[in-house]
Amino acid sequence: MLYNAWIIPALPLAAFALIVFFTHRNRAVSAALSIGAILIGFVYAIPVLFQLIHNHGPHEFYFTWLDFGTWHLQIGMLLDPLTAVMLMVVTIVSSCVQIYSLGYMHGDPRFSRYFAYLSLFTFSMLGLVLSNNFAMIFIFWELVGLTSYLLIGFWFEKKSASDAGKKAFITTRTGDLGFIIGILLTFYACGTLNFGEVFTKIETGIFAGGLLTAAGIFLFCGAVGKSAQFPLHVWLPDAMEGPTPVSALIHAATMVAAGVYLVARILTVYLASETAGMVVAVIGITTSLIAASIGLVQNDIKRVLAYSTVSQLGYMIMALGLGSFTAGTFHLMTHAFFKALLFLAAGSVIHAVHTNDMQEMGGLGRKMKITAVTMFIASFSIAGIFPLSGFWSKDEIVAATMGHPVFMVLALGVAFMTAFYMFRLCFLTFTGTPRDPHKFDHAHESPRTMTYPLLFLAFLSVFAGWVGIPWLPHGYSSFVYHGEPHHAAFHFDIAGISLLVGLSGIALAYLMYYRRSISPDKVAERFRPLYTLLYHKYYFDELYDAVIVRPLYAICDFWFWFDQHIIDGLVNGAATLTLWWSIAKNWFDVKVVDGAVNGAAYTIRGTGSILRFAQTGRLQNYALIIFAGVILIWFLR
Amino acid sequence: MAGQTAIGLNHYLMLSGILFTIGMFGVLTRRNAIAVLMSTELMFNAANIALVAFSRFVTPAALTGQMIAMFIIVVAAAEATVALAIVLLIYRSFKGINVDRINFMKW
Repeated sequence: MLYNAWIIPALPLAAFALIVFFTHRNRAVSAALSIGAILIGFVYAIPVLFQLIHNHGPHEFYFTWLDFGTWHLQIGMLLDPLTAVMLMVVTIVSSCVQIYSLGYMHGDPRFSRYFAYLSLFTFSMLGLVLSNNFAMIFIFWELVGLTSYLLIGFWFEKKSASDAGKKAFITTRTGDLGFIIGILLTFYACGTLNFGEVFTKIETGIFAGGLLTAAGIFLFCGAVGKSAQFPLHVWLPDAMEGPTPVSALIHAATMVAAGVYLVARILTVYLASETAGMVVAVIGITTSLIAASIGLVQNDIKRVLAYSTVSQLGYMIMALGLGSFTAGTFHLMTHAFFKALLFLAAGSVIHAVHTNDMQEMGGLGRKMKITAVTMFIASFSIAGIFPLSGFWSKDEIVAATMGHPVFMVLALGVAFMTAFYMFRLCFLTFTGTPRDPHKFDHAHESPRTMTYPLLFLAFLSVFAGWVGIPWLPHGYSSFVYHGEPHHAAFHFDIAGISLLVGLSGIALAYLMYYRRSISPDKVAERFRPLYTLLYHKYYFDELYDAVIVRPLYAICDFWFWFDQHIIDGLVNGAATLTLWWSIAKNWFDVKVVDGAVNGAAYTIRGTGSILRFAQTGRLQNYALIIFAGVILIWFLR
Repeated sequence: MAGQTAIGLNHYLMLSGILFTIGMFGVLTRRNAIAVLMSTELMFNAANIALVAFSRFVTPAALTGQMIAMFIIVVAAAEATVALAIVLLIYRSFKGINVDRINFMKW
């Protein structure tokens, strides 16, 4: 069973190949192949999960791919509880997203291609979580990057979409440079890329000290790019240009989860190197704060969710940096479900009103009951309200900050902001009077292919976190752990505070956007500079534009000028010189060489024109000359 | 036969020389192509007389001169045939056989 787990990623790959090469003309078959592949993968992942619950492993299966003398590059699978959880999350979210896409992408001219990309995307992510060594994870890592580029820029006719695709690709590639340096450092230090062997070297102290810290930070660069952490978070909000189900997939299960997964997978590195761990934690909480505060004031429904994702990823990264494997991965799982739900519900809204601007929505709850209810469930979950999924995982994360007061305060601050902006989104979208009556009139509930995935994900958003209820004897923490299972005691004080913080965030949103007893405009006016700063996302894009993009353009302009004037000048100069030389040679040829040849010809013709008079054609002249000749010879004798 | 001068080699050679000169004169001065041909025959025969005379007086045992003379007579007959055929064709082309007018081989 475990040995054949490679089937799970192989199925979407097969679906991708079949769609691309054979069935792309038939939309129904293509979608069926893609969805069928991921559903079978999901069904297959269930017994894998149960086997791993029964026997935690890790189980490793591999074969040698390339031989480099004494060193062998492997292709293999590493099956442990973390992998099992990720397999479940990826297959479930991907299934929901693909089924949902049936409705959302209905009528798109590149429907089949869309499903092919989704299959490739899912394959890449599944391969990534199954990888047993750094080389292989890097390959799948880049495949995830490629497919996300393809999907973000799926509507490439729109310039903003193709730009967003490029931005995502280039930004994550910046992080990947660090990632590959980290991999090379690790290989330099350990002589192997296999996870287990590297971890053994760390535990035995062979791979330690400054090199380990450097490797850890460089490896984290990859995660920073992929999981959109500060300062490479700028691509994720722009990635909203892709189709909404793709956003859901990117934000929940695949692209951004890869970074968190990587940090979790190599957590041994950050546990061994305190500095690297602290860098991870600080980056995590910084990202979380920045993104949450930006999310407070955005008006694009998907951008709010995008910043929410960045913020929640920062949360997970922080928890992992602080060494809490269980909390980080647990939140990764619950977040995957409710964030997928949030995006799919937002997609449903956008599908209905054809705008992303929340200021043009309002009152939609009356027309889109399922969407509204599921969206509220997901929002309660992400706000960490008892007893939904998010409550349990967020509580674990806050508990992980115990002993680090600064982190705890900031984490609670983020929790407050999260609750506030999520309910601001919900109230603005679903309650109150419609601010754009025309769009409201045309709004309608989405088809069943879209609402059923919402309901299923809502179910998971409520109950998935229950596997981590601390009182459960065989709960999440006794399955996914690092080192020894730790049964975190339930801290009523922490849970109470975080619940209170979440509720107060909701209450503030309620007052401002439902009751309207506090005018949001007046608040914005009061804190105008801060509001402007947040509204412009701390001017990160402008900063990067000024510091990186424009100098780059300037350099490019310079080299363009150099190319135009110096290089082309050289080439053109050579050409001109050749031309002149040719003209000189032509003159010589025409005047001297041809002159000599013609001169010879003229001379011969001139001589001939004189001598030919001797040829009279008269027989007797010739005979006379012969006779005269004979006589002449006689006398000359 | 006293007083009678024996006919010797010189007489034959003189005869040959006279005949050759007449033939040469005819070749150079006659305008009629047939006459030119006839003159060349004279020159052939002058040569024949010289050859036979030399053979008779210088090497009486061998008949080499006579042999060459016979050859010349045969070849001259063949040559005359070809030449007369050419003259005939010239006559057809030029309506005449005046050698002076047949100068189309000039430059």
